[in-house]
Amino acid sequence: MSAIDFWLKTSRVAKKLETSDELGAASRRFGLPRRDFMQFAATLVASMGLPTSAFGAVVNALTYAKRPSVIWMQFQECTGCTESLLRAEHPTLDKLILQLISLDYHETLAAAAGHQVEAARRAAMEANKGKYILVVEGAIPVKENGIYCKIGGRTAIDLVKEAAADAAAVISIGSCASWGGMPSTSPNPTGASSVATVIGKPVVSIPGCPPNPYNFLSTVVHFLTFGALPELDAKGRPKFAYGRLIHENCERRAHFDAGRFATQFGDEGHRQGWCLYKLGCKGPETYANCPSILFNDCGAGAWPVGTGHPCIGCTEEGVGFTKPIHSLAQLKTVSPPTQFARPGEEQGQGATAVTAGAAAVLGGLAIGAGVKLANNLGKRDDADEKARGGKP
Amino acid sequence: MSHAAPAPVGGKLVTPITTVLGVMVLAMVAVLAVRFVYGLGAATNLNNGYPWGLWIAWDVVTGSALAGGGFATALLVYVLNRGEYHPLIRPALLAALLGYLQAGFSVVADLGRWWDFWHIFWPGYAQVNSVLFEVAVCIMAYTVILAIELLPAALERLGWQRAKKKLERVLFVFVAIGVLLPTMHQSSLGTLLVVFGPQVHPLYQSTVLPLLFLTSTIGMGYAAVTIEAAISSVALRRPLEKEILGKLLQIGRGLMALFLLVRFGDLVWRGALHFAFEPSLPMLTFWVENLLFSVPLWLLASAAARGRARLIFLGAMAMALGGIVYRLSAFLVAYQTGAGWHYFPSLGELTVTAGLIAFEVLAIILAVRVLPILPAARSSS
Repeated sequence: MSAIDFWLKTSRVAKKLETSDELGAASRRFGLPRRDFMQFAATLVASMGLPTSAFGAVVNALTYAKRPSVIWMQFQECTGCTESLLRAEHPTLDKLILQLISLDYHETLAAAAGHQVEAARRAAMEANKGKYILVVEGAIPVKENGIYCKIGGRTAIDLVKEAAADAAAVISIGSCASWGGMPSTSPNPTGASSVATVIGKPVVSIPGCPPNPYNFLSTVVHFLTFGALPELDAKGRPKFAYGRLIHENCERRAHFDAGRFATQFGDEGHRQGWCLYKLGCKGPETYANCPSILFNDCGAGAWPVGTGHPCIGCTEEGVGFTKPIHSLAQLKTVSPPTQFARPGEEQGQGATAVTAGAAAVLGGLAIGAGVKLANNLGKRDDADEKARGGKP
Repeated sequence: MSHAAPAPVGGKLVTPITTVLGVMVLAMVAVLAVRFVYGLGAATNLNNGYPWGLWIAWDVVTGSALAGGGFATALLVYVLNRGEYHPLIRPALLAALLGYLQAGFSVVADLGRWWDFWHIFWPGYAQVNSVLFEVAVCIMAYTVILAIELLPAALERLGWQRAKKKLERVLFVFVAIGVLLPTMHQSSLGTLLVVFGPQVHPLYQSTVLPLLFLTSTIGMGYAAVTIEAAISSVALRRPLEKEILGKLLQIGRGLMALFLLVRFGDLVWRGALHFAFEPSLPMLTFWVENLLFSVPLWLLASAAARGRARLIFLGAMAMALGGIVYRLSAFLVAYQTGAGWHYFPSLGELTVTAGLIAFEVLAIILAVRVLPILPAARSSS
């Protein structure tokens, strides 16, 4: 039983909330049993690192808050962020996106298409002026006045500036929207840029390729619950998710500290689940909560390092899609102790020409002396034989 | 059977050979100065995968085994009361004393914090449950015993006849201790490896290691006594005590047979015999040392062969070399702490080992010229 389940079963507040009529209505709206709805709320509270006293507020927000209008725009991207969100499990995110928020524009999910859906976007922006949340997925090309990405004949620059002007909050989801991501990889032919640089005002960044859906979701619910965004770091990332290095919470950290490193895929250390630092793991310079909240709700080990692949630093500008995957990370904490052997790593000093030569000379001298002595003694044997009159 | 009493050989002390040996000793002192001031890393190739190297495997383990001639001969002469071996006892004790001094000194040189070496003797600091503690105390005690056993030679030279007589009256006590102690620490050198468990290759790792180390030590000791006798006979142009040495090697042959029986029997009993046919470096050294150990069994099988100086010498050499390969491979080749580690003695380590050997040879040359160690030469035939 998880800590969340235990808390739900034992907390008086939780019990009282669960049996209330309002909650029953809300859980029906979400299409969830009461207990599952409670669990969802509790998971959000936990992943944001809020105290249990905030649980009631979150449930209230989920139950009563008017669903905010969300405009979700996609530019230079692969739809991986959306795919990731759609595959969240508790509750299934399609339900959540449709129930928790009023998703008024989303190119992948909208039933409408073409001019019809563009009209819906303009209508939603007009109706919720200053109150809607703008979510941007994908980078925005700025070279040659942004001609590399157009929707309905208008450039991405135009579209995002227009939408951002009247938004209550702008959230950039994924590394592309947050800092340029993969499209901005050198030489960056299209001038792919982040949302923040294009609109010139701060945005909330949820970097990752794709980001963990619960980091996005928790940010949205925080906004709904408290009417304000969660605490952000200097790069606009929520601190609850990006406050710590992957390295700090990694389950393989003990191997790093003990100097046990995998050096090749499939080598002895790799099969033993040792630290992937020497395979190029960027955990030591990447800020994200991947090892804490994992992916896909399928239990322990469900994140890249857990499955044996080094972290590529996808959330971190200047690391992901910039540094080669197998190059060593720049350590922000202690350097690994170099005196430990890694599997297959050659350490120590073997024979050199000088030492082998010296040993050979010593051995040769000893053998030579032995042979000389044996000959000498042999001659004496022969002399003894002769003296005794035997055969030579 | 009466023997000529031991007498100083006499002759010049400074010769080309002693000068060369002296230079080698000075080179060793220079390297040791670097080692003691700047640490092991500056002078040796020791690393975390090979925490011990040539100095332990050769100078301590092999050197003290070759010095086993001291106690093995004392066992024959004093305990088993076989007086005919008496001419061998003083040279054997001298070589043993030097060998053990070398071993004790090498242990100190190999200690990372060598200035703390006296902790071994300090109650409260000493770890009395350690195999190494047993080895260290035993070796130190035995070195003192050896010095006492050799003391009559020095007293004789000084002409202190009364002191010598008094000492000889109680010498049996020291002889008894001197026979007991090496059986303890020589077998403990094998036990040292037992505690390393699977880090030692299965061809070598065995609970009978103490017995194997003890039997091979006695054999190596007799071999060393024989080789020393052969060398001094050739170098000083004196007759070789072929009869005595032939008998000594007969005992050595028995020990080799026992060693091989125990070694292979143990492999069969442990079900590890197949490792002897799986290609690996320990497999190679395993066969080399066992073939060397078997040489005296067939080379010296006949009484006629045991009467020939060359064959006596070669048989003894094979026995000694077998013991050397056995110890070096058990401590350096078969002992693997993990993949990827390399070790080969550095020039400094080789210089120190060569210097220690040079020191021993130099000391023996000087001692036999000055002290009554070797039996007085009868007119050579």
